Amino acid sequence: MRRAISAEWAKTRSDPGAARLLISLVALSVALSAVTIGAARCPAAGCDQDPGRISLTGVYLGQAVAALAGTTAIAAEYGTGMIRVTLTAIPHRGRLLAAKALVLAALVLAASALAVGASMLDGLLTLPGHGFTAASGSGLVSGAMWRAAGCAVLYLTLVALLGLGVATAVRDALVATGITLGLLYLFPVAASLAGDPAVARHLEQISPMYASLDSQSATGLSALPLSPWQGLGVVALWAAGALLAGWLVLRVRDA
Amino acid sequence: MIRAEWVKFRSVAGWVIALVLAAAAIAGLPVASGGQGTCYGNSCAQPLGPGGEAVSDSFYFVHQPLTGNGAVTVRVTPLTSLVPVPQGGTQRVVECWAKAGIILKTSLAAGSPYAAIMVTPSHGIRMQDDFTGDIAGPVMAAGWLRLVRSGDAITGYASANGSAWTTVGTVTLPGLPAKVQGGLFVTSPQYTQTSMGVASISGSPSQSTATFDRVALTWPGTAWAGTQMGGSAGGPAPEPATGYWHAGGAFTITGSGDIAPVTNGPSGIGATLSQALGGVFAALIILAVVGAMFITAEYRRGLIRVTLAACPHRGRVLAAKAAVIGLVAFAAGLAGTAVAVPLGQRELRSSGVYLPPLSGLTELRVIVGVAAALALCAILAVAIGTVVRRGAAAVAAVIGLIAVPYVLAVAIPVVPLSMADWLMRLTPAAAFAVEQTVVQYPQVADVYAPAYGYFPLGPWAGFAVLCGWAMLALALAAVVLKRRDA
Repeated sequence: MRRAISAEWAKTRSDPGAARLLISLVALSVALSAVTIGAARCPAAGCDQDPGRISLTGVYLGQAVAALAGTTAIAAEYGTGMIRVTLTAIPHRGRLLAAKALVLAALVLAASALAVGASMLDGLLTLPGHGFTAASGSGLVSGAMWRAAGCAVLYLTLVALLGLGVATAVRDALVATGITLGLLYLFPVAASLAGDPAVARHLEQISPMYASLDSQSATGLSALPLSPWQGLGVVALWAAGALLAGWLVLRVRDA
Repeated sequence: MIRAEWVKFRSVAGWVIALVLAAAAIAGLPVASGGQGTCYGNSCAQPLGPGGEAVSDSFYFVHQPLTGNGAVTVRVTPLTSLVPVPQGGTQRVVECWAKAGIILKTSLAAGSPYAAIMVTPSHGIRMQDDFTGDIAGPVMAAGWLRLVRSGDAITGYASANGSAWTTVGTVTLPGLPAKVQGGLFVTSPQYTQTSMGVASISGSPSQSTATFDRVALTWPGTAWAGTQMGGSAGGPAPEPATGYWHAGGAFTITGSGDIAPVTNGPSGIGATLSQALGGVFAALIILAVVGAMFITAEYRRGLIRVTLAACPHRGRVLAAKAAVIGLVAFAAGLAGTAVAVPLGQRELRSSGVYLPPLSGLTELRVIVGVAAALALCAILAVAIGTVVRRGAAAVAAVIGLIAVPYVLAVAIPVVPLSMADWLMRLTPAAAFAVEQTVVQYPQVADVYAPAYGYFPLGPWAGFAVLCGWAMLALALAAVVLKRRDA
């Protein structure tokens, strides 16, 4: 297993594309968060906008890059035929997928921590000046903010693993990216258009993206369809399901 | 060239299936959406105004029949407004668009033509007619008002002291009958509290009261009658108490509702056609994948070298690819929207959702516009795919450019309203404005946010933004394709 991990690490390290993806994950997330934080205002009369969610808006864009990092981590090997070399070196296919997942998770976790940390710091420094104070009822609650930030980092990592699972199953980076991003963005759109509030709520509960929103909210948790950790659990189930499907396909099919 | 690209497209079963899926998603989603109506009581039987638009026509009316030319003069106090609070009881608020004044209306039928002059708490004196006409007068929250009829023309005057009068405006109501219903009215729209974003909005029906005295008619006066016109704005909350009290020549009137066109935001009612077009988003993602694949598959398999050998004019290859993908995406989109627009309206209405009536021209614009926008998205995907040459990155870029702004501004409005508007002006997602079927009225307070179907750009202006993006990307792709080795 250690050999598999170090092999995967060597491959990722030597691929400039991977580094570019991680850098754009951080840059795009922080940029979108910064624009949103800059535009957010809370009037003195009070507002029920969630300062945690505002600070973490960048995650909505960052997740697209995280998913892309996940899908290209394996599908690029199929594109070039490299996968046959890899499987000759590491014939145990479950071990290969586990090594890929570990290396990917570690890298995305680090990049996400950087992105989320910078976004939260921006929010903490800027939002009180825009009226988000305890007096207006939208103060920055430190404990909840830190939980929200932690959940966002784990969420981005799980999205990358979801992408890896889908890509292992369909073996094409393009199609896998389309499916993963479709899963992420389609549920909230469907929920927002559903006429029946009960249907909308169920869609929000099973959606990999809505679930993540819950875990990011710093205030007003009781109105959300799922608690923060349950929300993260839903994403973890999606990622686990995708990885399981990928593992089965990888085991059964010829490369 | 186009024929060669068409053969390539046709011969990949997966792409053809994807197109059928995209069309099916657009056409099939309205059936699945179903839903629960927002109609309470008679709120879904909205009358139509003289201009054919859906209107609210509910107010408290103290009136008598008036025949021929004449004038009404009155002094009115400032309006006081109340809204119910969740804990029970009521709370004093400033309802910016509460209205108290004089109105001449052709009949007591809902939606009938009218002209009125009124005071409002925050928007001064206004002269309004036929629901959409609005003329601003002097900024006063109380004072003297006069409405003069001369044939089809009705002129409104305002005064602070009852001696020096300012003309606010003259409106013409063509075909105004000799006998009209004239008198005093008070109305008070849905009270909406907005903080910075869309997520923090609460609305409840309000009631407002004003006192009128020194009522002077040039007509021979008959007895006054009080009528609650229309229903109130609707909702599960108890109806506000309305009525009038006449003592010592003064009328104290309490009213609720509005005399204005219907809007779709939290202050208004109902849904927009977008609710029936959820499948467009799914189709967008499918078409982004197919579009990106149409070009990047050639790079992956090395087919691009054969293609460029067969047609060395590289710009023409790109144009042919864009034309083929654009046409097939347009056809798939059109097949979907042509079903979804009529079917979706029927589904929404049959499940009790209020949807303002749409003209045939608007329906046609949505059907063709959405299909054309989907075609441009597919072309954008081809162009981006040509530039980056990696399918996955191209798909992520197209979705990041179109789907993410739409989700942020419309589907789960997490960003502030000002930013949502800018996203819908600058990004290719602006093209979603072709779905727009509602009109913003400055004289109706509502939250005109993309999430409620109000886009900052008009339907074709938003479409033009996407056109600009697609053209820019195609130009960049043409340059890159010519300069680079395949």
